[in-house]
Amino acid sequence: MGNTLLQYATVLVLAIFVGIEIIAKVPSILHTPLMSGSNAIHGVIVVGSMLILGAANTNLEEVLGFLAVILGTLNVVGGFVVTDRMLEMFKAKKPAAKAPTSDEVAQ
Amino acid sequence: MSRDTAINLIYLVSAVSFLVALKGLGSPKRARQGNLVAAAGMILAIVATFFKHVDGHALYHVPLIILAMAIGLIVAVPVARFVKMTAMPQLVAIFNGVGGGAAALVSITEFVHIKSTHPATYVTLEVLLGVLIGTVSFSGSAIAFAKLQELMTGRPVTYPGQQAINGVVGLGALALIITILVGSSTTLLWVLLGLSFLLGIAFVLPIGGADVPVLISLLNSFTGLAVAASGFTLGSNLLIVAGTLVGASGILLTRLMSAAMGRSLPNILFSAFGSVVTASGESARADGRSVRSGSPEDAAILLGYASRVVIIPGYGLAVAQAQHVVRELAEELEKKGIEVFFAIHPVAGRMPGHMNVLLAEANVPYEQLKEMDEANSELATTDVALVVGANDTVNPAATDDKTSPIYGMPIIHADLAENVLFFKRSMRPGFAGIENELLYNPKTTLVFGDAKDTLTKILASVKTS
Repeated sequence: MGNTLLQYATVLVLAIFVGIEIIAKVPSILHTPLMSGSNAIHGVIVVGSMLILGAANTNLEEVLGFLAVILGTLNVVGGFVVTDRMLEMFKAKKPAAKAPTSDEVAQ
Repeated sequence: MSRDTAINLIYLVSAVSFLVALKGLGSPKRARQGNLVAAAGMILAIVATFFKHVDGHALYHVPLIILAMAIGLIVAVPVARFVKMTAMPQLVAIFNGVGGGAAALVSITEFVHIKSTHPATYVTLEVLLGVLIGTVSFSGSAIAFAKLQELMTGRPVTYPGQQAINGVVGLGALALIITILVGSSTTLLWVLLGLSFLLGIAFVLPIGGADVPVLISLLNSFTGLAVAASGFTLGSNLLIVAGTLVGASGILLTRLMSAAMGRSLPNILFSAFGSVVTASGESARADGRSVRSGSPEDAAILLGYASRVVIIPGYGLAVAQAQHVVRELAEELEKKGIEVFFAIHPVAGRMPGHMNVLLAEANVPYEQLKEMDEANSELATTDVALVVGANDTVNPAATDDKTSPIYGMPIIHADLAENVLFFKRSMRPGFAGIENELLYNPKTTLVFGDAKDTLTKILASVKTS
């Protein structure tokens, strides 16, 4: 039980409080995008997966690490793209919004 | 500045970007920006990780890492981009599940990697928690996905002795954890992986389809905690911060969502036991009563005489892809000088905000959408309430019937309006599997058929009249 563990525990406890504080007042229409956005954020596990595969010495570790990177990437990419698609729908309804729509058609 | 310090600084920037993103996602104006900020922070962290040294050497298998990422990218982008809006909740479930799976794999692999160095007991404990929580999230999300995708029944799945069996599986997992802590056996770790997988399934099966959104939010929070546990094992502050942020905010969000349904979290998670009995009792009671039904043309005439109309959308609207037709109908009615607004129940559809997203997609002006409380205060002076694909969210049993499983859930009081037009595909009960008294209300006219067809016909009659 070294200082390192204590340092990580400190980070953990502070992050708990920040996590609760930061979303304390959210209108219910944003619950879903918020859930989806935080879903993308825990995709940071892909960083851990990279470190695992990057340190792999045996075939077993390589296979597991490889799978972990795939799953982690799915989580990150899927999470952000889905959230963006949801939030796209919330854009303000102004005449200006017409312009990008025609651009999208042009693509 | 050493390599490690530089990388850790970049990780710090990423962690801050996640914070900024979560903050932004809480306000409609900055939500999209917030998401992009987090994405940028994530890319930064991933790029920095390529330059990191582990065990005193540069990353091995960089081509393999890139290959795995390419595979993930090739699968995720089209799926996330082109799946229909109605299937969004399933997508969130599945992308959450793979994250949990990744966290479990990271924990287990790290254990295999460091086992020869005889890690301290607390390290083993972190690994075990990562495996347990990550795997529960993985298999639980898979079942949630199956329920939402209607690959299996959306009703609570119960069987005799369910609580006892779940208890045994849970205790078994606990006993295993203690055994592994003492003996640090890799074989047993695999057994724990299997057992956690079962636990996730057993945990989700008895939860009814209407409660799945809350469940996904909870599983999302679990994945965050699993990521934090992996962060402890790997000694990564970034993973600890990001995972904990999601874990803590996820639990709060889950509570907010269950509060929006007027229920407590334990009630949602564990109340399914026995609810089947209640539901069947309800439908038996409803037998033999008559309902009034009408044609789309009758509905159009009723609407034509109204001066104020409220449209109450539900999941059926999403299924029928009728959001564009409903917007056209609203526009047509407004042209005739009829005031139209939409009443949005906080949990209408399969996720909170589902209806807002759907109607926004169809270009319904934001000002026409009213939240439940505001809508309820105006319903008494409304001539026609048009229930399109909603059911449980307008069920008066939630206020009247103490035996109903949805008792206590706030509802939109459609029955306060002068007339109720109820679109239904059949007399089948809603997602929660409960009979709806509103169907038998003398004010109610049922219009059978697919919501989109019906709306199209009504729109045609309204235009010609």
